[in-house]
Amino acid sequence: VSAPGAAAPHLRAERSVARVMELVLLALLPYALVHLWLYGPVLPLQLAVAAAAAGGAEALALRLRRRDPRAALRDRSVLVTAALLAAALPPFLPWWITALAAAVAVLLGKHAFGGLGQNPFNPAMVGYATVLLAFPLQMTRWTVPATALAQDWGTLARTGLATVLGRADPAAIDGWTGATALEALQSGLAQRLTMQEIRALPAFGSVGGAGVEWLALAALLGGLVLLALRIVRWQVPFAVLAGMATAAAVARAFDPGAHAGAVLHLFSGATMLGAFFIATDPVSGAASDRGRIVFGAGIGVLTYLIRAHGVHADGFAFAVLLMNLAVPLIDRHSVPLPHGHART
Amino acid sequence: MAASASWPGGLRIPSRKHAIAAGPLVVAPRPRRVLLALRQSMETGAELEPCVAVGARVQEGDCIARPRHAEGAALHTPIGGTVSAIGQRTLAQADGAGTCVVIEAGAASDLAPRPRVPLGDGFRSLAPEALLAQLRDSGLAGLGGAAFALDSKLAQARRSGCELLLLNGVECDPWTCCDDRLLRDRAAEVLDGALVLLHASGAARCVVAVGDDKPEACAALEAARVTLGDARIELRAVPALYPGGAEALLVTTVTGVALPAGKLPADVGVLCHNVASAAALARFVHAGEPLLRRIVTVTGSGVARPCNVEAWIGTPLSELLALAGLGAAPLERLIVGGAMSGLAVADPSVPLTKAGNCVIAASAADLGLPGAAAELPCIRCGDCARACPVDLQPQQLHQALRNGDEPALARLYLDDCIECGCCDYVCPSRIPLTARLRAGRALALRRRAAEAQATDWRERHAARLARDQRAATTQRAQFERARAEGDGGGAP
Repeated sequence: VSAPGAAAPHLRAERSVARVMELVLLALLPYALVHLWLYGPVLPLQLAVAAAAAGGAEALALRLRRRDPRAALRDRSVLVTAALLAAALPPFLPWWITALAAAVAVLLGKHAFGGLGQNPFNPAMVGYATVLLAFPLQMTRWTVPATALAQDWGTLARTGLATVLGRADPAAIDGWTGATALEALQSGLAQRLTMQEIRALPAFGSVGGAGVEWLALAALLGGLVLLALRIVRWQVPFAVLAGMATAAAVARAFDPGAHAGAVLHLFSGATMLGAFFIATDPVSGAASDRGRIVFGAGIGVLTYLIRAHGVHADGFAFAVLLMNLAVPLIDRHSVPLPHGHART
Repeated sequence: MAASASWPGGLRIPSRKHAIAAGPLVVAPRPRRVLLALRQSMETGAELEPCVAVGARVQEGDCIARPRHAEGAALHTPIGGTVSAIGQRTLAQADGAGTCVVIEAGAASDLAPRPRVPLGDGFRSLAPEALLAQLRDSGLAGLGGAAFALDSKLAQARRSGCELLLLNGVECDPWTCCDDRLLRDRAAEVLDGALVLLHASGAARCVVAVGDDKPEACAALEAARVTLGDARIELRAVPALYPGGAEALLVTTVTGVALPAGKLPADVGVLCHNVASAAALARFVHAGEPLLRRIVTVTGSGVARPCNVEAWIGTPLSELLALAGLGAAPLERLIVGGAMSGLAVADPSVPLTKAGNCVIAASAADLGLPGAAAELPCIRCGDCARACPVDLQPQQLHQALRNGDEPALARLYLDDCIECGCCDYVCPSRIPLTARLRAGRALALRRRAAEAQATDWRERHAARLARDQRAATTQRAQFERARAEGDGGGAP
């Protein structure tokens, strides 16, 4: 008998951290396929760049901290951070900005606080917010997919890859890039256009941003898979979407001329990807189920407020980071009453 | 018939016990040597007081140790022979060892058992107090795991007014199936025990709760219930959800009302006993047999013929393992008690106690241990909180323990942990949460005791200073008075 004194319980379920992370990556597949259709094969390239930078940063940080890099790389959480960044960043972003975002995410977002499980902020959003503040021009150069789709896929692939690698004149894709739906909404309102005029702009699709609404649908699909596999619970995504929809609906009810409705906000920008894949990061989120509802609702409402009243067209990353700050407070006040305790 | 659980969390753990429960009950031969532990379970506190000396000759069924307090139950020898030693032996208990009375079987003539005088149906004409007095020397104890004296629980229930007798046949541990086999074979005996308990406790009705993963046991009980025809006894299938057999949770399941934290079932008028305890009580009343044996599940991949064994208390586990065909391959772990809450022991010569419901000769595959079972950092996924049957936040408790943050531990209700192991089971980072929380509770208890002691000393010290001060003041006053009187009276 080799292990006397081993403590009860003597049984363990099969699921490991690595397995959880792999399933999250699998659930991102629909999003990746739509991305491939809309923007050509830039996502695999961006993912490779982000994964290499994040993995390198992880290995470096672990070496500096005198930990075994092999064991930590095995848990796949670095890969998830890289994949979320690649999915959330503009598709034709120069590779070195992607690499920088990934390195900052791992080094400042994660290891500065003690590594896996210790980070108070969502690492991917730390990286995202950093490059958004540092490179506002490149970070808002999204492609209008309708225009990109007019190109044949071969041209799209060649030019796209060359742009990411910095081997093409950025002017080559300038013709395809334009304001996103949220940017068009912001500038349209500033120019005192009516809501009908704004919605007629090419940046808009049938319910959300042109093209982006398909990405949102794919993220929703992947998110439902995560819910079905019980990797993610309903509290955070539901609260994010409900918080944003409620805030948007209330604003629109008061002043329909100056506010787009809830549906546009749900199906544009980073909403769906964020609600199911980013806000659900357990490490930097609230602990209890009740706390997660407060946390998610805060992200939804804050994202809406930043979009409607802030300088930035989308505010998901900032909303997540702000609510990360509030987590200790939320946790402190959302401890459930144990079984057998009477509410007083 | 099915009731839904009204406590949070819980787990459905894959189980292989159904096939083992379906196999026949193996009756173990009487051992040539027994080790009778003077503390049959950690929960029963102080050791019993032996009432035999080394060299004494004993008959089968003789009482060899008596309790010093109410929770303990008397201990009887299942074999006749000679007391060869009384001393420390390794035990399957948390502190690893304890005093045992060792008895070696003698010649065949020694084996004649002490004559038995059963109460029989005469128990009905005894007043409950008189019946309880008879039970004091029966050695009957809770066979579900804690081994509390049966009569002490009964007396407690009588004091607080018992309305419901709850017989626990849930057996939620994924490896243990001794109660399943007992119910299949001896349902009538269990119900006979229920009648005695109803009489002794004054309860108006009895619910026998059986896990709904035991259809054969339920059928056998139902048949016995119909034959008995006592309207006070009701059968209830409860969800086979781990840890649904835990007393406080079962009370919630059956009564639909959460047992208030810190209260015992007796406080809400419920007397809870294991079905095996009821069967043993019937055997005592109708056959006059003190508690000498119990059914124990011997299982795990380490044995060729996993089975339920009716074994004698004090039998070394190695003999039971041999009976079930212990193989030559080295074991990953030998576990006494269930897979979820049992204790790993190093020495297979430890004896069976009244609390021993399951022995697992486990291989690595049995335990679901992968190649690298290393602990990873907590990622706060919250799976533990969802599994927790008392709605605690194990991941936050774990963090508070790491921080040594005692106020946070209190705020997170550390004391409410029932140590069921659900949080460990689901943890994807393989953190030994239960062991950590247990250690944290023990530490907090010690800290609180030390603080109470320190406060006590401080108060005594302050009281003493005040006393000395008062004494000095009085003395000075007396002195001053005396001097004043001396001055006044002693004029030159």
